[in-house]
Formats: sequence, structure tokens, C-alpha cells
Amino acid sequence: MLEYIYQATGLLLIAFAVQSFSDTGNEKRIGTGLFWLIYGLSFCLGEFIPDWITGIMVLALTIIASAGFMGIGTYNGTGDDFANKQAKTFGNRLFLPALIVPIGTILWNTLTGTSALIGLGVSSVVALIAAMWLTKCSPKQSSQEGRRLLDTIGWAAILSQFLAALGYLFNQAGIGETVSHIVQLIIPDGSLLIYVMAYTCGMALFTIIMGNAFAAFAVITTGIGLPLLIIGQNGNPAIVGVIGMLSGYCGTLMTPMAANFNIVPAALLELENKNHVIIVQFFPGLVMLAINTSLMYFLAF
Amino acid sequence: MINYWPLIGVGIITIGLALRLNTLLVILTAGVVTGLIADIAIMDILSTLGASFTKNRYMSLFILVLPMIGVLERYGLRQRAETLISTIKGASAGRVIFLYALLRTITVGLGLNLGGHPSMIRPLVAPMAEAAAEKGRTPLSKKETMQIRALSAASDNFGNFFGQLIFIGAGGLLLIKGVLSDNGFELELGDMYVWAIPTGIASLIVFFFTAKIGDLRLKNPEQPQADKE
Repeated sequence: MLEYIYQATGLLLIAFAVQSFSDTGNEKRIGTGLFWLIYGLSFCLGEFIPDWITGIMVLALTIIASAGFMGIGTYNGTGDDFANKQAKTFGNRLFLPALIVPIGTILWNTLTGTSALIGLGVSSVVALIAAMWLTKCSPKQSSQEGRRLLDTIGWAAILSQFLAALGYLFNQAGIGETVSHIVQLIIPDGSLLIYVMAYTCGMALFTIIMGNAFAAFAVITTGIGLPLLIIGQNGNPAIVGVIGMLSGYCGTLMTPMAANFNIVPAALLELENKNHVIIVQFFPGLVMLAINTSLMYFLAF
Repeated sequence: MINYWPLIGVGIITIGLALRLNTLLVILTAGVVTGLIADIAIMDILSTLGASFTKNRYMSLFILVLPMIGVLERYGLRQRAETLISTIKGASAGRVIFLYALLRTITVGLGLNLGGHPSMIRPLVAPMAEAAAEKGRTPLSKKETMQIRALSAASDNFGNFFGQLIFIGAGGLLLIKGVLSDNGFELELGDMYVWAIPTGIASLIVFFFTAKIGDLRLKNPEQPQADKE
């Protein structure tokens, strides 16, 4: 069942690719189109071709992205005046299709007992049909609108899949053992609280250095969270994982490396000190880190 | 003796990202180098990369949601959200900023990414907060204006970060699931999102007080007479 949803996602990406290739308003349409085409094919064929071919596709995606071959195109847009007028016509009904996704996913999960991922895929399709029915938008234009949003995300769309692969390779290389050896050198007879702090503060610190909680999660969870907390102390993996990620977000509040969240807004709001947003967030961020640490300590063990 | 070699990947990522190189390129390099150091043949690294990529396709299922959001945006979803936000009634700057953070947490928790600094904070929230602060008093000093704007920017980040994982289909949850399942712990999204709720509630309490302190500072301006800018 899940495989059908991957096929659907792949076909959608291939549709984006076709529209990208014929988008004469995009100077980088070939690179953009190729990127979505290869990515779409990896969705459709991934299960059926040898893994090393997928590996080469991943290499190709990296080259296209890092060479700067992707760009923003044109999407047959209608402008803000049209949107303003339509917003008055539809009012709050515009929110309804969007609500189908979370509600539908949770319902699917509780009613059928099968994976919430299938529920997410099915609900997305139902929500799209509801949105098209409400607005009378054509399927072709719906695909354009999806492509518009995906182009603004760009290569970052595949970042999670990349990081998961990295975490796996790190694990193969034994990074978990190394880091936990080091942690045990620093805190030889750590109590549970100290171990929890090593993980939550490690997440925050690495996010501050890397500017990206997702990247820090792959490293710190394989290094500290898994060996020390989940395996070593029998911690609940769901709780350790979720609150660990949220501890990383505390680091995001404190770092200029997360430019989109902290530095760009300072420029946008014409602040004199470009670190002003970080200064305002620093102390509340520390409080949140302390709260996350206690929540993990009390809930996960 | 500890083997420090596996840490080279962490070093590559840290340096690469600090140099602002393309994130994908940095991650790929770190992965390949780490694999080579662990004596994995290059073909096996490619296979591992491909296998992991295929296995973790579900991390990118958010792509399926995009056409629906895009269609709604074409027909005024953002404009409608702007109208709703502009009806926020706040007696003070802190109240306006807190109510926005509350709305942002709830909507992002439902999987709706409606906020953002360019689309909501700059055109709406910051001006509304400044207007609320100026009501019935002397014009704001430059320093006070800066402080209110920075706090408005923070409200979007707070709501966005700590509400995000409450959505059952959140990209962050999918990544957590992927990393843990690669290491032999299978998780269900339905058992995960609930654990983001306590932090979400706590973040609103913390931000409520942050905004409140912001208000208190405004009510005691240092030497209002001397402050003529």
C-alpha cells in the first residue's frame, strides 16, 4: 500500500519535471527539470532497481544542486489582487481542505491500525481533491501550484533523506562508539540526569555549530542518544527522539548559522544589530532547553 | 585506545557548513569519507546511499501535500490568514506578539505553515505591536522600536519550532523515525507526535512571560524626557 503512495509521489515529481522543462520563464529550466525528474524516478523505481544505481542518482542530484543549476520559474500566477478577491469570497472555508490532512492522518492511524504514513498519503490526496472542488482549480494548474512551492524549497526538499543516509554511514563507521567513549571519559560514572543533559545539551550545541537541528540529530542521536539513553538506560525511543529534536530547536534560536530564522529577519525588520533576534531569544531558549531536559528525564525512563 | 577516526565526518560537516558550502555536497562528502575510513568499498557506499535513500522515501511525503496548499494559496489562503491576524486585539505590544505566537503554534501543529518573517512579521505583526505600544504615550524611542521588532521576529520562531512536531506528518518526526529505524528501533508516527505537546505548551508559557517582560520594560522607559531621538 505504501509503495503505491511512493509511486504517486514519484509521478507527481515527474509531472513537475515536465512542467519545469517547458517553463520558458525559468533560465535554469533544464537543471530544475532534471533534478525533479531524477528525484521522481528514484521514488518510482527505487524499489526495483539495484541500490547502486539509486546511489548514482543521488550523486547526480547533489551535482545539479551544488552547481547551482536550479532556479525559480513561472507558474501561470494570478497575483495578489485576485487572491485578495478570492479570499473574500471563500473566507474561512479555505482552511477546511488543509485540516483534512492532520485529522485524516490521525483518524486513519487509529481506525485502520495501519501506518500513519499511508494515512498521510491518502489524506493529502483527499485534501487536494477537496481544494480543487472548492476552488474549481484545474488539475494542471494544481500541479503548477505544487511545483511553485517545491521550487521555493529547492534542493532542501531531499535534505532529510540525505541526512538519514549520513546517519546510517556514521553508524557503520562506529561513530556511536567513539562518541560514547568520549562522553564516558568526561563523565565516568554519570547519573541518568547527566546522560540526559549530555544528549539535550549536545543537540543544542551541535545545532548552534551546524545551524541545522536535522543535521545535528543524525550525528548526536547515533553518538549519544542511542548508545547512552535508548540502549544503555532503556529510554523510550519515541520520547528521547522527539524531545531530543526539540532540544536541537533550542539551539536554532541561539545561532547566527540559522540565518533564515535569525539573521534574515533582522535585516527584513531593519534592526540595527543583526544579532538582535538572537539576543532576544537567547534566555528563553535556555529556559526551553532546561524544560526539555527535565521532560525527557521524567517522561522517557 | 579510542578510535577517533570516525569523527572526521563530523569535522567535515562542521567546517563545510561554516564555510557555507552547499549542504548536500558537504553531507555527501562527509558520508563518503566516513565510509572509506570504515573500510567500506566505494561501490558499497553507493549501494548503502541508494538503499537508505529508497528506504527513507517516506521522509519526503510532504511533497504530496504541496499542490493542495498551493491551490489554496492561489485562492487567497495567505490573505485570509492576514485578515485573521489583523483582527488580533491586543492592549499591549506583548499581548499582540504573544497571541501571534499562540496562533502560529496551533496552525503549525496542524501542519499549516502560514507564518514567516517576510509574509506575516514584517507587514503585519511588527507594525501592529508597535502601534499597540504607542497607544496613549510618547512615541517609541529607536531602542524600544528595535526591541519590539526583535521580539516579533522571535514570536514566529518560537511558534514555528515548538509547534512543528505536534503535526503527525511533520518532516522532523519523519527524520527521527528514519534515524531510529536505521538503528533497529521501529517507531510509529502515532506514538510520536503526542510527546511534542508538553514542550509546545511549555513554550507558550515561556513566551508569554518573555512578552510580558517586554511590556514591563516599555512601561518604565529609562529617562523618557532625556530620550529625544
